[in-house]
Amino acid sequence: MQQNFDSMRKKNILMFLIIGVFVLYLIRLMSLQLFNDQYRVYADSNAFYQRTVYPSRGLMYDRNGSLLVYNQPAYDVLVTMREVEDLDTVDFCQTVGIRRDVFDQQMSAVKNRRLNPGYSSYTPQVFLSQLSSETYGVLQEKLFRYKGFSVRSRTLRSYMQPIAAHALGYVAEVNQKDIERDPYYVPGDYSGRSGVELTYESVLRGEKGVEVLLRDAHGRVKGRYDEGKRDQPAVPGHDLTLSLDMELQAYAELLMQNKRGAIVAIEPQTGELLAYVSAPTYDPGLLVGRNRANNFRTLERSPHKIFLNRPIQSNYPPGSTFKPAQALVLLQEGIIRPETQVSCQMGYYYAPGHKVGCHAHASPLPLAPAIATSCNAYFCHGYRTMMDHSKYGSIHVAMDKWRDYMVGMGFGYPLGIDIPFEKRGLIPNSQYYNKWYGEKGWRGATIISNAIGQGEVLATPLQIANFCSTIANRGWFITPHLVKQIEGVELNSAYKRRNQTGVDAAYFEPIIEGMHGAVLNGTARGVQIPGIEICGKTGTAQNSAGEDHSIFMCFAPKENPKIALLVFIENGGYGATWAVPMASLLLEKYLNRRVEDTRLWMEQRLLNANLIELESY
Amino acid sequence: MNRTDVTPFWKALDWWVVGLYVLLCVVGCLSIYGASFDFEHPGFFDLDQRSGKQFVWFILALVIGVFLLMMDSNTYYNWSFILYAGIILILLLTLVVATDVKGSRSWLNMGFVSIQPAELAKFSTALALSRLMSSYNFQLRQTKSVLMIGSLILLPMLIIVLQKETGSALVFAAFILMLFREGMPGVLLFLLVCLVAYFVLSIRFGEDLLFQTTSLGPMLVLLLIFIILCGMLITYRKDYALVKGLVFIQLPIFVVALLVNALGWFAFDVNDVLVTMLILTVLFLLFKALVLRMMPYFYLSLFVLFSIAFLYSTDYAFDKILEPHHRVRIQVLLGMKDDPSGAGYNVNQSKIAIGSGGLFGKGFLNGTQTKLKYVPEQDTDFIFCTVGEEQGLMGSAFVLGLYLALFLRLIYLAERQRNPFARIYGYCVVSILFFHVFVNIGMVLGLMPVIGIPLPFLSYGGSSLWSFTILLFIFLRLDADRTQYR
Ligand SMILES: [Zn+2]
Repeated sequence: MQQNFDSMRKKNILMFLIIGVFVLYLIRLMSLQLFNDQYRVYADSNAFYQRTVYPSRGLMYDRNGSLLVYNQPAYDVLVTMREVEDLDTVDFCQTVGIRRDVFDQQMSAVKNRRLNPGYSSYTPQVFLSQLSSETYGVLQEKLFRYKGFSVRSRTLRSYMQPIAAHALGYVAEVNQKDIERDPYYVPGDYSGRSGVELTYESVLRGEKGVEVLLRDAHGRVKGRYDEGKRDQPAVPGHDLTLSLDMELQAYAELLMQNKRGAIVAIEPQTGELLAYVSAPTYDPGLLVGRNRANNFRTLERSPHKIFLNRPIQSNYPPGSTFKPAQALVLLQEGIIRPETQVSCQMGYYYAPGHKVGCHAHASPLPLAPAIATSCNAYFCHGYRTMMDHSKYGSIHVAMDKWRDYMVGMGFGYPLGIDIPFEKRGLIPNSQYYNKWYGEKGWRGATIISNAIGQGEVLATPLQIANFCSTIANRGWFITPHLVKQIEGVELNSAYKRRNQTGVDAAYFEPIIEGMHGAVLNGTARGVQIPGIEICGKTGTAQNSAGEDHSIFMCFAPKENPKIALLVFIENGGYGATWAVPMASLLLEKYLNRRVEDTRLWMEQRLLNANLIELESY
Repeated sequence: MNRTDVTPFWKALDWWVVGLYVLLCVVGCLSIYGASFDFEHPGFFDLDQRSGKQFVWFILALVIGVFLLMMDSNTYYNWSFILYAGIILILLLTLVVATDVKGSRSWLNMGFVSIQPAELAKFSTALALSRLMSSYNFQLRQTKSVLMIGSLILLPMLIIVLQKETGSALVFAAFILMLFREGMPGVLLFLLVCLVAYFVLSIRFGEDLLFQTTSLGPMLVLLLIFIILCGMLITYRKDYALVKGLVFIQLPIFVVALLVNALGWFAFDVNDVLVTMLILTVLFLLFKALVLRMMPYFYLSLFVLFSIAFLYSTDYAFDKILEPHHRVRIQVLLGMKDDPSGAGYNVNQSKIAIGSGGLFGKGFLNGTQTKLKYVPEQDTDFIFCTVGEEQGLMGSAFVLGLYLALFLRLIYLAERQRNPFARIYGYCVVSILFFHVFVNIGMVLGLMPVIGIPLPFLSYGGSSLWSFTILLFIFLRLDADRTQYR
């Protein structure tokens, strides 16, 4: 019995031991499978290879709907080392157009984990990038002979015409900073680097898609997961309709050949840029494809600062084109009335023996003719009167008041165009002069040059063009912009809102009369086009380093203006010489869609002008 | 024995065990299909695929099973020693002629099929042990019996170790469970647990130094020995006075020794103090045993001496006897090394596979971990991963349940035998199968070191499936004949 009892006890111990182990294992299973999500994540990252599907970048059309920027397939040759077998290297090199030593060099570069950290002999690696379509065609036919090699297509930017480089900007491979800033990017992605391509990057790039593939422990792809049900298709980027008029843009760039400067044309009612030229310019196609790096370096080294986006990045004293703004402030502040006459004896004496010079014209003149003849004395007198006027209490108040009007008219700060890296120009305020001269150290006479758009005042060509558009609108402007419409996306509301200048519309009439007068019988006679009423104002930005820069702003028609135009030619000398006839041709081109044969001599004269060489002395 | 009395085996056969066996084998085939599933070759019965082969081996195993059931049950008793001797010879032969396969010399190439004689040694040793222990007048506690049992078990074990199949050799340790049931003193089982505890503690904390003088591992083991000694003195002798004396004398000395080291007055190995105190205790116990003629004190002092000796041979065994990869596996298991790409890789990927299964699993053939070869040996030693990943907790618990039911049923069957030969053999079967499941699933779950032994009936491989089938069906045959004896 004792024996039997002992056996039963031991049998039970054994059974409990076995049950105990199973309970322990069950608890372990539950802790692994139910109370720890980590393992599922590990398993997924092990097995799922998420292959990125690249969306096509948004296209760009001009304002009339003609295609400007599109995508063209380019082909990368990939190699899967594990699968390379019996390669006829000589034949292969010939087909893809590389030398034998380049081939060996590329092969070892692919295998080098320092240069290519993601290397795996089981997955395709980039061997050659951006093959041309022609080379691809030849390779495609022979591809079956090169085991282990495959081709991946990507898209590259292509341009219908080699124009508008500074407006469009360019696309480049993302750098480390982009990747850190925006998790969307991974190394090897492309993103807009300047111009519209940069500003509208987020709508142009679309959304990457994902193909969920299964990958084994060696990194070999074993097929699609769940028949592709978990794939996410790529969403193509939104197409843009630019406000540019391709014909006008091309013509403007043609006329600007061999010159440096900027042309900005704005549709006053909408703020849309009709032309946007920075000269000298380049073919945007140069910054695409395999030779991109070389071309970029060449352009960058040019003495003409090709990458300087002149319409928004060059600051100049606006000269006489600033006088209408001056007049508007004086009118609004009641310092002058349109009938106010100021006499001019070849200039304005602001202190005994000190004068701002003027040229010969009838005197005294009321406002409109003063603008037409660009009389310096008129504006110096007005400006000084305002600065020293007792109603402000001090010159500081007067100065800041004046500054506020100028800012209201779009000067002094970046306007907010949809092209990045815009400069602000300069409208000084009282503090600015306090710093220079001390609080009591300056009077109207001290800063008299501001009156005629010189002195400390600086403006970008875009700001001057925008001001011209403001005059055309009689008192308001819409922030200039290059993109008229984004497919499927609302445009930034800033590009729809009217900005009021704070100057009554009525005060613009004498200004417009004056600018009209300048065209009829003043400094801008050369712009006249039969049948079109044009208002214009010439200007000269003084240049201590060489020939002055010539400026001309104009709008037309006088009633219901369709275009406000600024032509800025560096070292163009007096405005009437180059800027005025160029504006005339551009207005005619835009408004009449063609240039009369009788005026082709003007065109020829402009095309032949080489102002870049002039500068070289 | 009268031939006509023999019941047809299918009438007395325990269909519960057969059912569980078939279920496990089917789960095995399906899991192997899942584990070796290739997207490009999805055929189940494709004989080029592992699942197809396993299915064939399963059918053959059934044929073998039926054949075994048709044999006269006395055959097994009569032939057990001859079978044992024969298998030992084959094992030796294998050692000589086998070619080296991944460092192991255990496969015997028979032309059309390769077999692993080590697998066959399991049931032949079980039969021989049963025959020996069921013989008339056999007394387990006699020294002669112990030596004979020891030789029967250690002989095949030794040869298999020489074949570099350490995992298979370890399986023979499973007979301890059977021996326990058959009268081996429970103290021995307890001692075994102590040894494992000593080993784990001394290795796990062996590299942690206190005050630059004292290794933490041995210190913990020495303290454990002291605690066990006190516990046994209380349990077996109710000698509270002695325990109080030991604690009041030794604890202050130990604390002072620690303090002296900690304050940096004098640097020495605290463990030397502990060992000295234990030896003094042993001397005192021996003195008590001799003077008072009380054997328990003698055994206790032997236990302490043996424990100390074991402790100091552990380091030696760990560093000198174990192979480097075994050493790393143990260190990884004990959390001393983190090596997710090396030795820890298998277990890590296996845990990921099972852990990612969740409650209901990813579904049949949807497991990514196992399918895409992240888990190595996924259709042999790590087959349980496939179940865990694709069938989740429900499936794994179901399989565990099948095994538990099988073992409990086998214990029940063993206990109902009137013939000690059949009973002992039954316990051998339970011990061997349980040991396999215990170690294999423990390994897959990351609770055991990586020891390459198959999961019975589930793992891919003809040799192991057949040997488990033979092991089990001989017992079923014996059980079917239970009424024929006495
Ligand atoms: Zn004048």
